[in-house]
Amino acid sequence: MNLRAVKAIYMYEMSRFFRTLAQSFISPVISTSLYFVVFGTAIGSRIDQVEGVSYGAFIVPGLIMLSVITQALSNASFGIYFPKFIGTVFELLSAPVNFLEIVAGYVGAAATKALFIGVVILGTASLFVDIHIQHPLAMVAFLLLTCISFALFGFIIGIWAKNFEQLQLIPLLVVTPLVFLGGSFYSISMLPPIWQKITLFNPVVYLISGFRWSFFGTADVPIGLSLLAIAGFMGLCIAAVWWIFRTGWRLRS
Amino acid sequence: MAAVVEIRDLRKTYEGGFQALKGVDLTIEEGEILALLGPNGAGKTTLISTICGLVTPTSGSVTVGGADIVTGYRKARELIGLVPQEISLEPFEKVKDTVRLSQGLWGMKRDDAAIEDVLRKLSLWDKRDARTRELSGGMKRRVMIAKALIHKPRVLFLDEPTAGVDVELRRGMWEVVEELRRDGVTIILTTHYIEEAEAIADRIGVIDAGQLQLVEETGALMARMGQKELRIELHMPLAAIPDALSDYDLELADDGEVLIYRYDTRAERTGITALLNGLQSEGIVLRDLQTRQSSLEEIFVGLVADAQKEDAA
Repeated sequence: MNLRAVKAIYMYEMSRFFRTLAQSFISPVISTSLYFVVFGTAIGSRIDQVEGVSYGAFIVPGLIMLSVITQALSNASFGIYFPKFIGTVFELLSAPVNFLEIVAGYVGAAATKALFIGVVILGTASLFVDIHIQHPLAMVAFLLLTCISFALFGFIIGIWAKNFEQLQLIPLLVVTPLVFLGGSFYSISMLPPIWQKITLFNPVVYLISGFRWSFFGTADVPIGLSLLAIAGFMGLCIAAVWWIFRTGWRLRS
Repeated sequence: MAAVVEIRDLRKTYEGGFQALKGVDLTIEEGEILALLGPNGAGKTTLISTICGLVTPTSGSVTVGGADIVTGYRKARELIGLVPQEISLEPFEKVKDTVRLSQGLWGMKRDDAAIEDVLRKLSLWDKRDARTRELSGGMKRRVMIAKALIHKPRVLFLDEPTAGVDVELRRGMWEVVEELRRDGVTIILTTHYIEEAEAIADRIGVIDAGQLQLVEETGALMARMGQKELRIELHMPLAAIPDALSDYDLELADDGEVLIYRYDTRAERTGITALLNGLQSEGIVLRDLQTRQSSLEEIFVGLVADAQKEDAA
């Protein structure tokens, strides 16, 4: 295992993040505050409580998931797409590294950035509402698993994308709607019965439900199912990445 | 000298069906400078890219320092440095950071002294904190070389190192190559510039249409393949070449004041004596004689044309 290569890729990727640290810090703070102003105050004043939790607190896990998923995707997809775009990917392909090392470096860095944003949002949210985390270990585990699996998914998108439009396509057209419709800002029990069934086909429902359970102890779907869903998604992504490097798909001619 | 790179029957067919390499066999000796010459699309870059891991070979084998590039890719690639044809650097990255990335990728411990050393060698130390987009083209090229050299490769591939580089920088590049050779690095470079191959290479390989047409020592190639030209300056200009001399490959130049005779130095008889006798019996008076060895460029053009003729036949 060429651990030095993993470290080199990781540090190189993180240096881009450190260069724009203030930006990386301020933008989630502002967007979280906006969500609280709009959703928490405007809507929250009409919805008193959801499943025994104040609406403002109820949306915190969904808010964190929304940003973490988006950030993990965009950081990881851009991280590998950019070297492909400007040609520096040749160095990765000619270096004595295997796919695990490349993935560990890129995905590790993207997941770290997403995790950082998640923590910043949690901190910002705690300024607006009282947050009590019932299962802190499960919360950390869910957060980490989400960061890593969506960074893996972003990595795949970055390799698949042939241009900047394609890079945005799946995050914008598939992932963002799924996250918004995945119960980020509402409980599934608030939906009409037919939609309660349909929404179960949305994988993000399981993530947000499990994450929310770690905060408040209430969930839309059983917690075991949530864990299975995130583990299964991660497994699929790992298999896809393994296949990409075995065949050199869109990397080697 | 021991072989450091061994290529056996290497073939590459791209997805579209284009055969870029049609069975290349080549042994590269440790410490030599080998120049690969060939027109665009001849397969030079595919050959280099395959050895370095950017292109998957269709069949055949390559070993570098005894390690197979597929099954022993880690060991093989540790020995290789690659400077591709295109300059590609992350524009906002600092020179020393991008070199440090290469150092890590090749599994070297972080070593700032080594980075300083290579940057000084390539006259880039002053620019260590500059972002790569602020550098001139020649400097960017040197950063690419610094990245390729930081892990002290035994074999260095330079794909068109002087393409689009001005004369002064080109000579600078040759000096860098010469210095690397003194350190014992084996260098394989591709080039369009025949004078470049002639000036720095120990051996020259001519590649065309995916096949290695020949590999020979630079001097021997020049001598063996050399066409010579005899320029005969005449006392009185000629209107046409006399019929009696029509058997010779002659050309009139400079308004009939110069006769040019082309001959092959390899031929048993060059035909010069007979030609001079013929001129005398025609009553043509000579003023001066000159001979000139043809350049590698002319040799090369001749070779490629021959190969194409064979293909067409």
